[in-house]
Amino acid sequence: MTTERQAGSMTSAFFALLRRDLLLAFRRRTELLFPIIFLLVVVSLFPLGIGPGPQLLARIAPGVIWIAALLATVISLDALFRSDYEDGSLEQFVLSGHPLTLISLAKIVAHWLVAGLPLVLLSPLLAIWMNLPLESLGVMVLTLALGTPILSLIGSIGVGLTISLKRGGQLLSLLVFPLYVPILIIATAAVMAASDGLPYTAFLGLLVAGLITSLTLAPFAAAAALKISLS
Amino acid sequence: MLSVSEINFERYFEPVFLPVSFALEARGLLLVTGTNGCGKTTLIRVLAGILHPTSGDFIKRTESMGYVGHHLGIKDDLSVIENLRFMRDFLGTSSRSCTDVIQQVGLGRVSEQLARTLSAGQRKRCALARLLLSDTQLWLLDEPYSNLDQEGVELVDEMLTSHLQADGACVLATHGAHRPEWADTQDYRLISGAAA
Repeated sequence: MTTERQAGSMTSAFFALLRRDLLLAFRRRTELLFPIIFLLVVVSLFPLGIGPGPQLLARIAPGVIWIAALLATVISLDALFRSDYEDGSLEQFVLSGHPLTLISLAKIVAHWLVAGLPLVLLSPLLAIWMNLPLESLGVMVLTLALGTPILSLIGSIGVGLTISLKRGGQLLSLLVFPLYVPILIIATAAVMAASDGLPYTAFLGLLVAGLITSLTLAPFAAAAALKISLS
Repeated sequence: MLSVSEINFERYFEPVFLPVSFALEARGLLLVTGTNGCGKTTLIRVLAGILHPTSGDFIKRTESMGYVGHHLGIKDDLSVIENLRFMRDFLGTSSRSCTDVIQQVGLGRVSEQLARTLSAGQRKRCALARLLLSDTQLWLLDEPYSNLDQEGVELVDEMLTSHLQADGACVLATHGAHRPEWADTQDYRLISGAAA
C-alpha cells in the first residue's frame, strides 16, 4: 500500500515538474525560439555559401541538418538545470525526498519536448530546402526523432557536471561534442544509405539501442552529477 | 527528530565551523547564532542533506524537512499561485489549499502576479508559504527574518509557534537582530573554523 502511494506520489511529482517546465518554456518564448531560428539560419546559410547545386546540396544535406540540430541542442542544453540551480529550486527537489533520477528524467523529457521535438517537426522542411531526395526524407525525420532524445539525455550529464561553474556552457560543449559523434555518424549514414537505395535499418537499430541505453543510464548519471555539483 | 554528533564541514581542507553537536526533539527550537561568515548557512545546508559533513555523524534525522535558504526556490516566470500549486503537486502531501496559504502569508493581493514583479519581502513570504504546504516535521530556516517588515516578522513568529505547538521542530539560523519567543529554545553559538 505504502509502495503504491509512493509510486503515485512520484508519478504526480514527475508530471508536476514536466508541466511546470513546459509552462516556463512557454513564458520564456525567446529561449524557446532561439534554437529553432539558429537551426533555420545555419541550414539556410549552406546553399548561400557553397552554391545552390542540387546534387551537392542533396549529398551534404544529412550532415548539414544533423550538425545544425546538434549545435541547436547544445545551445539550449545549458538551460536544462541552470535556472533551478541558481534560484534554489534544485535544493528543494533534493529535500523533497523524490529520487533525483526521476527529477532529472522529467527535466530531460521537458527539454526534448521544447528543444528536440521542434527540430524533428521542422526537419522535412529543411530536407526539401536542401534538396534531399523524397525517399530519404522519412529516414531523416526518423533519425532525428530517435537521435535528438539521445542528445538531450547525454547532454544532461554534461550539464549536471558543469552547472556549478560560472562559464560552464563553454566547457559543456567540449564535454558533450565527443559523445555526440557516434550519433552523428550513425544518423547521417542511415540517411545517406536511404538516399543511395541501400539498406538502412541496421543504422536505425543502432539508434534505437543508443536511445534505450541512454534512457536507462543517463538520468542516473545526471542525478549523480547534480549531487556532485550541489556539494 | 534531529541529533548530530561532532559534525564538521571542510571547504578547501579548512573547517568552516568548529564541530557541532546537539539533539533536537519535537517542540524544540534550535537557534543558531553567530557572526557573518561563521558558517550558519553551511551548517543549515549540511543539516538539510544538501552538503555532506566531512566528519561527524547524524545520530537521528527525520526525512520530513522543509528548508528556506538564501535562494528561495521561486520561479520568476510563474505567478505566486502557480509557484505554490507546483510545489503542492510536486510534494503531494498538503492538506491545505494554496489560496488559504497565500491569504495567511499576506500575498492575496498579488497572488496572480509573476514572482519577478514581487519585492524581496514578498518573495520571502512566498517561500515561507511553501513550508505551510509541505506538512514537514522539521523546518530548517536560514535568516527567515531578512527582508521582512514588522508584520512579516510577526508572521514568521506565528507560523513558527503553530508549527512547534503541532509537535514540529525547527533549526533557525539568524545573525541575532530578532529572536522568536519559545519556551523550549536551545541557543547554539556557532564559531567559525578560522578561530581554531
